[in-house]
Formats: sequence, structure tokens, C-alpha cells
Amino acid sequence: MADRYVELKSVSKSYGGVPALTKVDFRCEPGRVHAILGENGAGKSTLMKLLAGVIQPDSGTISIGGQTVRFSSPREAAEQGTVCMFQELSLMPHLSVGDNIVLAAPRTRMGLVERGVYREAREALDLVGASSIPLGARVSGLSLSERQLVEIAKAVFRKPKLLILDEATSALTSELVETVFGVLRMLKAQGVAILFISHRMHEVDAIADRISVFRNGRHIETFDVGARTTDQIVGLMIGRSLEELFPPRRPPVPDTTPAVLDVSDVSWQSQLVNVSLAARAGEIVGLGGLDAQGQQQIMHAVFGVLRGVTGRIELNGKRLNGLQPPRLKQSDIGLALVPEDRKTEGLIPSMSVALNMRLAALGRAPFGLLDLNGNSDARLRQLIERLALTYGSLEDPVATLSGGNQQKVVLAKWLVLSPKCLLLMDPTRGIDLGTKAQIYRLLTDLAAEGMAVILQSTDYEELIHLCDRVYVFYRGSVAKELKGDQLSADALIAASMNVHLHARAQMS
Amino acid sequence: MTDATERTVTPRKSPRWLNRDRMSVLLIALGCVALLLGGSLLYPGFLKPGYLLQQLQIAAFLGIIATGAMMVILLGEIDLSVPWTITGTAIVVISASGSSNPLVASLAIPLGLCLGMAVGFLNAIGVAIFRVPAMVWTLAVNAMLLGAAVFYTGNSRPNGEVPWLATQAATGRSFGVPNAFLVWVVVAAITVWVLKRTVYGNYLYALGNSRRAVFLAGARVPLVTVATFVLAGLFSSFGAILLLGYTNQAYQGMGDPYLMPVISAVVIGGTSIQGGRGNYVGTFVGAIFITLLSSILSVMQMPPAARQIIFGAIILVMLLIHGLTDKNGDI
Amino acid sequence: MTWLRQNAREAIAALALVVLFAAYIAIHPRGFSTYVVTIWSNDGTLLGLAAIAQFFVVLVKGIDLSVGSVVALTNVVASFVLNGSPASIALGMVAVLAVGVACGLVNGIAVVYGRVQPIVTTLATGGMFSGIALLLRPTPGGSIDETMSDALTYAVAGIPVSAIVLVVVLVALLVLLRRTAVGLGLYGVGSSEQSAYMTGLRVNRLKLFAYASSGFIAALAGIYVSMVTLTGDPNIGPSYTLNSIAAVVLGGVALSGGVGSPIGAVIGALILKTISSLMFFSGLPPLAQPFFEGLILATAIALGALGVFRVRSRLELYR
Repeated sequence: MADRYVELKSVSKSYGGVPALTKVDFRCEPGRVHAILGENGAGKSTLMKLLAGVIQPDSGTISIGGQTVRFSSPREAAEQGTVCMFQELSLMPHLSVGDNIVLAAPRTRMGLVERGVYREAREALDLVGASSIPLGARVSGLSLSERQLVEIAKAVFRKPKLLILDEATSALTSELVETVFGVLRMLKAQGVAILFISHRMHEVDAIADRISVFRNGRHIETFDVGARTTDQIVGLMIGRSLEELFPPRRPPVPDTTPAVLDVSDVSWQSQLVNVSLAARAGEIVGLGGLDAQGQQQIMHAVFGVLRGVTGRIELNGKRLNGLQPPRLKQSDIGLALVPEDRKTEGLIPSMSVALNMRLAALGRAPFGLLDLNGNSDARLRQLIERLALTYGSLEDPVATLSGGNQQKVVLAKWLVLSPKCLLLMDPTRGIDLGTKAQIYRLLTDLAAEGMAVILQSTDYEELIHLCDRVYVFYRGSVAKELKGDQLSADALIAASMNVHLHARAQMS
Repeated sequence: MTDATERTVTPRKSPRWLNRDRMSVLLIALGCVALLLGGSLLYPGFLKPGYLLQQLQIAAFLGIIATGAMMVILLGEIDLSVPWTITGTAIVVISASGSSNPLVASLAIPLGLCLGMAVGFLNAIGVAIFRVPAMVWTLAVNAMLLGAAVFYTGNSRPNGEVPWLATQAATGRSFGVPNAFLVWVVVAAITVWVLKRTVYGNYLYALGNSRRAVFLAGARVPLVTVATFVLAGLFSSFGAILLLGYTNQAYQGMGDPYLMPVISAVVIGGTSIQGGRGNYVGTFVGAIFITLLSSILSVMQMPPAARQIIFGAIILVMLLIHGLTDKNGDI
Repeated sequence: MTWLRQNAREAIAALALVVLFAAYIAIHPRGFSTYVVTIWSNDGTLLGLAAIAQFFVVLVKGIDLSVGSVVALTNVVASFVLNGSPASIALGMVAVLAVGVACGLVNGIAVVYGRVQPIVTTLATGGMFSGIALLLRPTPGGSIDETMSDALTYAVAGIPVSAIVLVVVLVALLVLLRRTAVGLGLYGVGSSEQSAYMTGLRVNRLKLFAYASSGFIAALAGIYVSMVTLTGDPNIGPSYTLNSIAAVVLGGVALSGGVGSPIGAVIGALILKTISSLMFFSGLPPLAQPFFEGLILATAIALGALGVFRVRSRLELYR
């Protein structure tokens, strides 16, 4: 067997003129776990999509087992043994778990799918620790972590030669992560090449043999695990020190300041269980935890998206239960939400920058006539300045802006209403570092002006360096509130896995 | 659909003045010119002003009805209750106008418009509140209207009188130009302004593109939906009243031949059937195109069957040109 | 229990059908007899097949406004070719089915490769198909082999042949849809085109297959219409299109794709047929019947949509 399994030579890929990968040389070997590290937007996902045949390189060559390949679809890649577990799940929601797995590599006899294949699907599920998920269950009824397990089982089922895992374990608890890692070690022993994308350093430490760091679409460096300290790796990933990225710490807001947003004992379905939290004027409050532990739902509950929420939600003493977004955004309440998915929830990608920025304030135009809405247009112009928005023309579709500028448009849309409390759901996902730093500074400034900012984030650094306090969610409730000196990476990880620090020390 | 994952819109390379909307309008306008030239070869009287003005008059009925249909389509929904909204309105107006009660007779036209709005409201209830797919719900409403019309008229032609105003508006001329066309131009001007310069118009386009984003921006989504369907009903009724003035009679099924031309006019005019994209000028020219096309087919004395085939084929070809030339969008 | 929860819409529709059928039998002057059941089953099979044709397109997130036109066209073609020697009838049968598949493929190609939305594609092609039918046979007429018609429209041992035909078709389709990679792939594509593509399914080919199958089943419906009416009629299209859409919705097939079964579509069709038969014998004035039919249809659809009030996250309402 050749020493290298996959080799990329000088591969570049750009989307509509924006480079996603620039002249990347990269290789990985069979029987090893190769971790790919990088900030959001560093080009990790583009790399994976290239290998999996979802997209094709603009220039450069990809070779597998010494032979140059060019896959035109995921199907072709899979036929050659490349299987990818995508970050955006590739499960078909209305099909059963069994059908989803079997469809990935159906074996038929006389046109009919062999029954034995389902037995193998069952074994694959059991292997990854999903024995509690029945084959007949519909995927749409599963939780995010169950879906991730099915996705991993599906990948394993296809008996890959190159297995790519893109944030495969983001919603899994520590026990499940260990089971999955066991499977990966087994595959590794069988000679499978594994690419492991994650932004969780401790997982990379536990499973990877080699690490490659990507930044801004370039391959920065590759080294064996243990050759660099965590701080050095983070430095390579962000290309500067954390101190440059984050604004200086602000003095803590005194405990005596009354809360702007006061949430107490809120429950919803089984996904929120007696959640209580508060945010004071001038505070940036973080919400952390594994994926989908309730931190998104509490934001939706506050913003009136959910029905049947019990408990009490108050803003400056006004009860918000039962109110919906059109009411909540009015100036006497002053609530704003920057939603999680920029492309489908925050923006209307095909429409103009101008319309997207006006969208929240549209309803305030006198008599419904835009020509009379000069006030808010003037405010928007100020905000464009303040946010340092870079754009070609305000009439261009907002999709033509970079991810960072798109997020600025979402922020401008809400800031024009001067909200009193700003809810942000993972606002820096997929954004370049320069813009990230600008957004951090903006949030700090807004807090200093007296706004209460609630920041839900999947980025530990953000929670540690930007927030005054962090609520860590686990299975729908607040597992821990961390503040001041308690805010550290280890404490956050431990709390989000709901394990105590010393227990974790033994585990790793 | 090979680019399923890369749905991000890439910047277009084409010059800015020739955007997708203008391209559609240009295409359909060229189609009109081709029809006129082709028609003049077959039939010399084709390019005479008298004939052309008559075409514009007929196109006005279609165009006004298509105005409402376009708004609903911009919203990302569809209104299949158009045929029996037209018939129902015509029946109500003609019987009210022929009523012996002078008050009822004088209110015939407002009554007809109210009927249209009521139908629109009923459509909106199903779509906005029950979230039934518009295609199914408006079809069911259409079936109910049909039933109500059959019941009311006893399956015979309704008797009555066509209001003077309807006749004047539909068949009269001012300064040599058909009134119907003038009415349509006014409707068009107002529509263009509403779509571009009002909050409602902006919401309409935005909702057609992404209901989710608009809802999360704190808009009253159901209100916009209801308003749009009510407006569509109003336009259907308005068109029906003009049509009544033109044909001078109401009969069962008079609206049936309008569904396909109305939707065709909107869609070949460049409005995306999925909502959120399109401009009114396209619909305007689209209505003229459809009218010219059916006029030529009848001038050529084609049997109705052949007319139907050619009509369908030309619409399909226009749609295919859109579909194949526009990489980003879907019709 | 899980089956019931996952197929609640179909189960409720089946229950409604049983109740309606009982009411129909009770109200019918001749009561439960082979004759009554055979007529009911023949009518139901016609619409049932049209509904299955609609189902295939809806399954992959489409909508087919040309179903009725394809039924009319194949019915007209059948009236030319379904007579003579057994061999020529067999050949004629193949020809009719080929016409149906061709119509389906035209739709499919325009949708898949021409990138035109299904609703406008089929609106345009529907006009063309029914135009061709009108051209072939401007007024109803033609002849159909009567022996075959009798064999397919009467009853054997008290069971209507049409019901047997329908059950055979359904079993074959269920095997196709639930036990073959192609069938599962169709559900996959309808459920999420992107996921299906990522999983390595041939999305375009599967969609074409769905449209072609729709044409095939519509042709079966066209043939069966000929068997029942013994003529070719170019004008029967519109009611089949409307009712087939209503039928799949009533039978729990989601217009958003990936959900439902041909059984549901057939149950929906039988419900519609039973309602209109009920109306006929209900003693309501004939002129009021169309209105009540429409009203019942709208009510049924609205009832089916009551689930929206159980949706706990409003985001799910705005897709």
C-alpha cells in the first residue's frame, strides 16, 4: 500500500470570485487519523466537499492511491471508497433509520433490496453505540445527537477507505464520543484513512495522529500530535494572539444593577426544563453547551417563536409571555434577535442589501410609504459607517457580500430599531477574523451603552473572553453558571458534558 | 440539481442594466414583435391601428386579472379559484343590476367587488391560518364557488342587466383609445408604485423569498398573506366586471378559459412561480403576448384543438428558455 | 403503535372511508349487493388510478396538472387501438401505455433538465395533451373490445374485477416503493433532494422515473376509462386532475414530498367517489349537490390541516 492515500497538489477553489481554498497541498495516509483544524471559514468544509465530490477544484489535482481523480458527484466518490459525514446532515428526514443507512449502499437481489442488508445496518448502529435507536424509527423524530449517530453509522456501513468526519460529534455527550472514537480506532487499525474536522481541541488530542491547520483558505502547517502546545495551535489557527482578537475586559457590572431580561422557570415541551436566567444592562451574557441542549430554544422562547411556553419572561418588568415578534420589536419593549442561520433566517440572500437592512424597520414607515421613511434611512446610513460595512452597491443582492458583511447587515437591520436587549445566536459562525474582531468590539460598545446582550455561541474562546457570565446548558436546563475567574476552557467543557473537572482529568 | 449544496448566489457577470427581470421583459417583448410580424405576413390587416387597439382592449381584461394572480404568485402561493371568482362575480353583478330594487341595482358593481374580496378572504383563511397548500385550498374554494353558482342559477343562464358603467368601461373609447386599456394602464401604474415604494410591496417580495426570515424580522406575515389574497380576489372581480361589459352576458364557465392564460401571462413575464421575483412590466407585456398569440391562432382558423397544442407548446418553449438561460433561478 | 402514529393520516382517512361507505350502502335503494359494490368499485378504480399517478409526482415534490389530460389522451388512443384480435389488442395496450409513459417523460424532462417548475410545466403540457386528444377525436366515440370490457368491469365470485385489478396494482407498487432501491430512492429524493444527492442517489434519474411512472399509471386509468365507458372521450380530463390532487391530500400524501403511499392516494380517491355517490342518493336537490361536494371537500382538507395548531414552534409554520 502506498504511503499516501490522498494527495492534493496546488488545489484552488473559489465561489463567485471569493477564494475558499488557495493553492492547497495536502496529504493523508491510510491507517491514521488526520485532524483538520481551523477557524470557521478557514476552508475546512470546502476541502471536504472537494474530496467527497460535491464540488470540483478550479485548478490543481487530487489523487487517491496514486491515481488522479475528478469526482463529479458524491456517488462517484463513494464508489471509490470516499465517504463523508457532512456537518449539514445528509439524512432524509421522512425515511426510516434503516432505509437511510441501506440506501447509502443498497445490495439487491432480483431488484429487491436484500433483507440481510438491514441486519448489517443494525450492526453498524450497534457498533457506534446507537443500539437504542430502532431501525424503523423515522429520522425526523430523532434528536440531533441521535441523528449524528445514525449519520456515523451510515458512513461506517459503507466500508470506506477514506472516511471524512465534519464536526461529527458536536452534539454527542462524552460517553458517546468515546464509543465513536472506539469505532474510529478500529477502522484505523483496518487501514482506513480518517480525516477528522473539529474545533474541539480536547477531542483532537484524544483521537488524532497528525494535525493540519488551515487559515483563510490556506494550508498553514502539518505536524504530529504533541508537537505543539494548545496555545501554539490556537495561535496558528487565528494567526494572531487572542488579546488582539478580543477587546480588553470590561469592569464587571455590579450585582445590584436590576436585570433587563429576566427569565424564570421557563419550560417548553421536553426541550426546556425550568430555565432561569437574567441579563443586566451593560452585560454580555453567554449561553454555551453542546449543540442543541436548549440554548437555541430559550432564545426562541424569549423572542415569541415558541408556543406553549410556561414560566415567566420579563423585560424591564414587562411580561413577554405570549407576545410575538411584531410586538416584541416595538420600541416600548425593544427586543431583537439575530438568528442562527444567516442564509435562511437572518437574511433573504437573493434580495438587495438595502431591503435586507430595512426589513425589521419596514413596519415603522409612516402610512406604509417608504418615501416617508427618511428617519430610519438616515439611521441606517450612520450604522453602515459604524459597522464599517463594505459593499459594492446597496442594490446588489446581499448574497454577494462576504459572510462577515452579511452578518453586519443582519446586525444593522436590528440596531436601527435601537433595541434594549439583543439576542444573538452564534453570530460569528463562518466569519473572517477581521470582522469577528469588529463584531466583538461592537458588542462591547453596545453593552457599554447600556444594552443587555445575550450571546449564544459554539465558540468557547468567545464565551470566555467576551462574556461577563456564561450559562452552560445541558439537556434543556442550565447545568452551570460560570463567571469571572471560573470562566475557563476546561470548566466550560466539563460543564457542557455535565461532568466534574476531576472526572474529566481522569478521562483524558 | 447537481449544485444542491452550493445554493449561495454568486454575483452575476452580466451587466447590471440587463438583470434577470429586464431580460424576461425583453424576451417577451421580442416575442410580441415576432407575433406581430408573423401575423402581418398571414393577414395584412394585422398591423392596422384598429386591430392593435382591439387587441389591447382584450388584453386589458386578462391583464387586470393577472395583476392579482401575480401578487399571489409573488407571495409564493397560487390562486386557482380565479375561474369561478370571475363567473360568480359576473353572475352576481348581472342579477343585482337587473334587480327591481333600485338600491340593489345601483350597488351591483360594489357587490361584485365585495364577492371577489370575500372569496379572497376565504382563500387566505385556508392558506394563512390552516396552512393548507394554496394549490389545494383554492381549488376547493373554486369547487364551492362552482357549486354555489350552479345552485343559484339553477344551471341556466342568469338573467339580468349589464351595468352601464361596466359596458362603458369595457367597450367605450376615449380619444380613440379603448377605455379598458386606459383602466389597465392606471391599474398598472398603481401596481408598479405599490410593489416598489410601499411597505406592503416590499414585504410581498420578501415573503416570497423567505417567509422564515421575514417572520423573524418581526413582520405580521398572516396580515400580508390575507391582504394579498383579498387583493387578488378584488382584481379577479374587477376583471370579471369588465369582461361582463364586453360580452354583455354572464354564463356558466365563462371564467374557465382564463386560468391558464392568466398564470401563463404572469410566468412568461418573468415572475418566478416560487415567489419573490418578477416585475409588473413583465406581466403587462405577458398579457399582451398571450392575447396576440390566441388572436393569431384564431385568425389562422386553426381548429380549437390545434390552437390548444400550439398555445401549450409556445408557453412551454418560453418557460424552457427561461429555465435554461437563467442559471440561478427557477421559474 | 408506532405504525399508527407514523401513518395517522392514512388511518384516519381509512376510517372515514369505512364510515362513508357504510352510509352509502345504507342510503342506497338496492343496499349491499354485488351490483352496487361493482359500480362503486369501477368508479373508484378510475379515480384511484389517477390519484396514484398524481401520487408519484407529488412524492418527488412535484405536482401534476396534466394527469387528467393524460387520462383523456390515453383513453382516446385506446378507443382506436383496443379492438380486433387478441394480439392486436395486446399490442394496442402496449401502445397506450407507451403514450402515457411518453407524456410523463415530457413532463419529467422539462422539469428535471429544463428546470421549469412542475406546476407550470404540467399546466402547459396538460393543454397540449388534451389538444392532441381533441385533434384525434373531436367528439366522443370509437370502439372498445366488449368482451374485454365485460371481463374487466363485472364481478367474479361477488368480487368486482376492478377491485382485484386495483389491489394487484397496489401490491406491485408497494413492493416497488418499499422493497426496491429505486422505490426507497424516490422517497429519499422527495424527503430531501440535497441529502439524497449527498447520499449518492441519482436524483435526476429518480425524478424522471417518478414522472414516467405517473404517465404509466395515468395510461392504466385511461385504459380503464375505456373499459367502463366503451368510448374515447377527449373532455374527461379536468375532473380527474382536480380530484386526483384532492385525493392525494385527503389520503395523507404531503405536497411537500417524501410522505405518503399509493394506498393513501387510493383511499382518498374512494372517499371522494363515495361522497359524490352519497350526494346522488342523499335526497338533496341535484342543483345543490356540487356545492355540498365542494363544501365537504374543503372541510375535510381544513380538518386534515388542524395539525398546524399543535405545532409548538412557529418557525415550522414558515418554511
